[in-house]
Amino acid sequence: MKEILYDCSRKMSELLTEEPGLIRILQRAGIPLGIGDGSIGQVCRKHGVNPDFFMLLCNIYTHENYAPTLSRVLETPMAQLVPYLKASHDYYVSKRLPHIEQHLHHIARQLPAKAADVFMRFFESYKREVTDHFAHEEQLVFPHVEALQRGEADTNYSIATFIDSHGNLEDKLNDLVQIIFKYLPGAVTSEDSVDVVYDILQVSSDLNKHSLIEEKVLVPYVKHLEEVVSR
Amino acid sequence: MKTRVLIAEPSEIIVAGLVQLLSEVSRFKILDPVTDASMLDERIIASKPDVVIVNATLVPSAASVRTDRNISVIALVYQYVEQLHLRRFDAVIDIRESRASIVETIIEATKTQTQHDGDNTTNYELSKRETAVLVLVAKGLTNKEIAEQLNVSPHTVMSHRKNIVHKTGIKSVAGLTVYAMLNNLIDESTLL
Repeated sequence: MKEILYDCSRKMSELLTEEPGLIRILQRAGIPLGIGDGSIGQVCRKHGVNPDFFMLLCNIYTHENYAPTLSRVLETPMAQLVPYLKASHDYYVSKRLPHIEQHLHHIARQLPAKAADVFMRFFESYKREVTDHFAHEEQLVFPHVEALQRGEADTNYSIATFIDSHGNLEDKLNDLVQIIFKYLPGAVTSEDSVDVVYDILQVSSDLNKHSLIEEKVLVPYVKHLEEVVSR
Repeated sequence: MKTRVLIAEPSEIIVAGLVQLLSEVSRFKILDPVTDASMLDERIIASKPDVVIVNATLVPSAASVRTDRNISVIALVYQYVEQLHLRRFDAVIDIRESRASIVETIIEATKTQTQHDGDNTTNYELSKRETAVLVLVAKGLTNKEIAEQLNVSPHTVMSHRKNIVHKTGIKSVAGLTVYAMLNNLIDESTLL
């Protein structure tokens, strides 16, 4: 595992060529493209992003089985964690889901009215599930983390609640893919279907990484903060 | 050809009841029951059953019983048995079920196995019973309600639901509702 993990001395553009999916992390961390020829560390520092934090995210994003040790998590500056997670939420809610929804509307127009209605309602309910999930994090979890980071004891919330309620956001998207693959009437043009399937799969995999970052970084980090602050 | 059914169960009352009930079905040939689990392997080899109905607490899984891949192994249940354990069998019969439902479970289980054998493909399409369960799931009924309506045990409903998820690849109830609509199994007016 060790040798395939990235380190900060590598050239940033090489990293992105190898793993283009990581441009999403760049974007959310606030590093614009046009990165030039600097190393990962140089590019990060230029934009005020902590390189160790950036690498931690890149490693989790790319290597599915990688779980950073607790000491690694605690050594990494986490000032940018909440802003990063918020930026991801924003990206899903204001960019990706509306995009998929448009595609689905296009497909639904080619379905019989009743089927179209159920089809779109399914997506509506999924969208509500996602927005509720994010709202919970933004209204309860993130303020809790920020309070702890300021050294304030915050007994209004506990990360244990988050662990219990942290559900899976990909299941319904995958159901949608199965439905489109298998059960759409032949009248729907396959170009629309193929496009939307690609979009859905991409969001689904991205959401999965997002959960991994929350599970492998946010949870252990906040658990630790809760212990430290309560002492 | 008759379906050869071997019952492996320590309780004489249960064995007698099951033999009585199944021997009235002409397509079944009921083999001499096994009451001692340690004799099971030997008896399967000797009597070449198509279906083994075995007390779920006697054996760890269907695979441990099967000597030949064409044999269906059905778990027999009359007390609480862990769901995880029951998933290791081809089907589940609860003794509280009606005769019709028990017979149907046995027939369904042998069908799947025959198809395995025939062209070496699995039956990917939903069976009649699975479709019936799917419709009720899509309508928003709970497992208990479905069990009551179809007159089968909750165990059986669970096993059908597991097959439905496996065959359709759809995990959420909302997704199954879309499936049912697109396949004209239900229409909107029947939704709760």
